[in-house]
Amino acid sequence: MSSARPIATTRSSAGMPTGRLAVWWVIASEIVIFGGILASYIMHRLAHDAFAAQAAHTNTWIGAFNTFVLLTSSLSAVMAHRAADHGDAKGAANYLWLTVGGGATFLIVKAFEWTHEIREGFTITSSTFWSFYYTAAGIHASHVLAGMVLMSYIALDAAKGREMQRVEYVGLYWHFVDIVWIFLFPLLYIAK
Amino acid sequence: MATQHVEPAHEHHAHPQESWFRHYMLSTDHKIICFQYMFTGMALAVVAGFFSYVFRMQMAFPGMHVPGWGLVTPNEYNMLITNHGAIMIFWVAMPVLIAAFGNYLIPLMIGADDMVFPKVNRLSYQIFLLSAIVLIASFFTQGGGFGGAWTIYPPLSAKPEYNLTPWGSSLFLVAVALEFIAFLLGGINFITTAMNSRAPGMSYHHIPIVVWMIVIASMLFMASVGPLIAGAIMLVFDQTLHTAFFDPNRGGDPILWQHLFWFFGHPEVYVVLLPALGITAEIITTMSRKKLFAYKTVLNTAIGTGVLSFTVWAHHQFVAGIDPRMANIFTVMTLIISIPIAEMMFVYIATLYGGSITLNTPMLWALSFIFTFLIGGVTGIFLGASGADIYLHDTYFVLAHFHYTFFPIAIIGTFAGVSFWFPKMSGKMMNDTLGKIHFWGTFLGFNGIFIPLFITGMLGDHRRIFDHNFFPELATPTLKGLREFATLSLLFMLAFQPIWFYNVITSLLWGKPAPKNPWNSNTLEWTADSPPPHGNWPTLPIVYRGPYEYSTPNRSEDYWPQNVPS
Repeated sequence: MSSARPIATTRSSAGMPTGRLAVWWVIASEIVIFGGILASYIMHRLAHDAFAAQAAHTNTWIGAFNTFVLLTSSLSAVMAHRAADHGDAKGAANYLWLTVGGGATFLIVKAFEWTHEIREGFTITSSTFWSFYYTAAGIHASHVLAGMVLMSYIALDAAKGREMQRVEYVGLYWHFVDIVWIFLFPLLYIAK
Repeated sequence: MATQHVEPAHEHHAHPQESWFRHYMLSTDHKIICFQYMFTGMALAVVAGFFSYVFRMQMAFPGMHVPGWGLVTPNEYNMLITNHGAIMIFWVAMPVLIAAFGNYLIPLMIGADDMVFPKVNRLSYQIFLLSAIVLIASFFTQGGGFGGAWTIYPPLSAKPEYNLTPWGSSLFLVAVALEFIAFLLGGINFITTAMNSRAPGMSYHHIPIVVWMIVIASMLFMASVGPLIAGAIMLVFDQTLHTAFFDPNRGGDPILWQHLFWFFGHPEVYVVLLPALGITAEIITTMSRKKLFAYKTVLNTAIGTGVLSFTVWAHHQFVAGIDPRMANIFTVMTLIISIPIAEMMFVYIATLYGGSITLNTPMLWALSFIFTFLIGGVTGIFLGASGADIYLHDTYFVLAHFHYTFFPIAIIGTFAGVSFWFPKMSGKMMNDTLGKIHFWGTFLGFNGIFIPLFITGMLGDHRRIFDHNFFPELATPTLKGLREFATLSLLFMLAFQPIWFYNVITSLLWGKPAPKNPWNSNTLEWTADSPPPHGNWPTLPIVYRGPYEYSTPNRSEDYWPQNVPS
């Protein structure tokens, strides 16, 4: 099966490369998914004072550390984009791997955090706060994982100088995943 | 790669040695993917149509052994109505109107050789097929398919103790969620293609209305479905992990589901409506040989409708105990949204006025769309007013109302589009006489079903009653007679459907070969071969004008194709 791109893919009537345009639309569709769950959470939270007492059991310091890790990984995603723009294939790939490492750190910390909380008896069925806590952070974590898989795939290509434009696109997605966490962190950890 | 030439070797079959399976099942060609969506959608329409036959027989003749099914139990009845609705909306209207026509028309009408992401396009269909298989599989699990209505309201949908379908209710949600993912992928592809791959010279105002409508519909879908995806995850967790998002006994809120569902559910009406409106716009201008009366008005009102459609959802919840002040706001917004739709209807009628009209099969379907949809829209005003809705809510009046909107959309829109583009899709002309016979049978049958149901609804007939004999006040001779008339009309309508299948098959086999442009239409797809080869054109077209230049003064021909230089 021929894998030649159709001419349609190479056009840019809207003045933007097709891949970047599509990533923006992916992000638009994701915004409403997270928007739905966050709006549901906020409505519940406003209606139930008991949430604050439950939220007091979350560990703000671990959350803050993960916020720091994820924000730093966005920096390396930008460095990868810059390297790709300068035609530095090795550099772009290395920075992408660094970003993947940031995502992995985030998930490992999260795994320890959740294990600890579940051992303490705070499971997904403990109360609606914990249901939202695990569901919202879980959907977010699955996006982190998806980003890491995509980025590894793109890093392997980029190291050989192939499909360098994708370095920027996956970076856009990674920033979005980051921004979602910036909403989740205060809502789940800080507001007590 | 960036050249504007498709190699001449890319004739009808790109790879002659390609197996049937590869060519038709694994193709990345947008036209083949259109056929995949269309045939899957139509196969499921037959399933959902069969369901409606079974439960309508039970309605008119309670307790009878329905031929082809047997005795209908209450649980089976619930499963049949639930899946009839869900299939018709998610697995017929969506795949045929948006996915199939979108796939076929967008690249051909904007002068591109394919979608921008052909492999994502193929993946989108494969996920859609998987969702259909999951749904069908749910019918055969312990307890049977889900029976809690397509709206999936908790707590009924959340607890197997209530719905008695431990597997069916979860599989139903999984199937719906997979279907959403398929259409998100497809929609991103549609929007990106229409934005970025237009032929040189095609500005935003040169895009045919049907392409605009499918793109706006994809955007509406994308913007509305997110909260429901989040909600579906929460509901699946309620079902399987026993969380309490929607369980009021444990701090959850069942009304939250209704908000998440209808925040999607109402825009969804416009998601399927807009492509059908687009299809009729193309047919009406072509068949009346007149310029579309007001292109920019149609475009702007479609966008306006899309924006407003996010502000009306709670009119489905007037009796759910929402704040009456909120009900006032939603009543006002619901009445306002009828204005842009009415405006579009007026534009269509104005386009017809003074045109030289050809009354062939596609045109009959397009005109009947206006007629039936107007009835659907006008009856919606009664339901949008919260005072009237408190009486009419969940009666057959509601049911007749939304069938008068969804039937023109899903059934009339599809038949209109297929009969109009059949020559392009197949390279053969369709038999017009058989087409007209099928049209009149379907159109009269449809009105025969639902006009009586408006009346039963106004007389207080409740929607979800399995056997009216249990309710003496609803078992009167008048109501029984009307129900029987509706069912007989359904049988009448169904009897005409084999004619259509016969017409399609015989036309494919022995039909007159279709020329490139049988309707003398302006849009770009009519400049490609019938059927277009892989890659669509040997050299991709260039656009010089808008799509509706019919009967231009001082021209010998009454049409002026978009790709002809002035």
